[in-house]
Amino acid sequence: MTIIQIQIETSPIATWQLLDEFEQEHLTDNHLIGACSVFTGKMRSSNHNDEVIAMTLEHYPGMTEQQIRTQVDTVIAEYPVDACLVHHRVGEVTPGDSLVLCATWSAHRAQSFRACEEIFEALKSTAPFWKKETLANGDTRWVESNTKNPRP
Amino acid sequence: MTITIKYFASLREAQGVAERTFNSSEVHTVADVIARHELAFPENTLISVNQVYAYPETELNSGDEVAFFPPVTGG
Repeated sequence: MTIIQIQIETSPIATWQLLDEFEQEHLTDNHLIGACSVFTGKMRSSNHNDEVIAMTLEHYPGMTEQQIRTQVDTVIAEYPVDACLVHHRVGEVTPGDSLVLCATWSAHRAQSFRACEEIFEALKSTAPFWKKETLANGDTRWVESNTKNPRP
Repeated sequence: MTITIKYFASLREAQGVAERTFNSSEVHTVADVIARHELAFPENTLISVNQVYAYPETELNSGDEVAFFPPVTGG
């Protein structure tokens, strides 16, 4: 049975601390795990050649967690893993802030690599989050699309 | 039939409200809800019913929560 933790939060994502705590709490006794893959996404200070100084991340509480869980279940049916941890930031962020953490643990590297990538790509194309950028000149704009597959 | 409608991101700003309630016996599908909006939704608008992705032809029941939002941009 896969251990799955999905969390949406307004406080900063302490990537490596969260990974440590998750392993300590759930995985210390599982010596069959030989691989852990981690993806962490950060806010950049540039988008479409404009300087971005801040961003607001909005989401659909309830549907977001449910949608990520559905995607995780679909991916791990194909690439079985022992554990999956997903954290996503919402609210006000600035360049350099961690926006997302996706980690998977498995016996061998192939499953954890593939599951981590597939879960993250599924999150990006289907989880109901929206970004609004604040540019250096004070203008604000919604990020219109971030994926080649916009229809879930 | 009572339906709760939610709007997110740019669609919330365009509609001017985050949420409204429809009370009507003439609403049977999401398309009926869309038709009752004065302001047309962009072509790329996404729909959910009870927090699951849905389509204009999705049938509704009283108490359902319908949401309209633009393409998602998380991650």
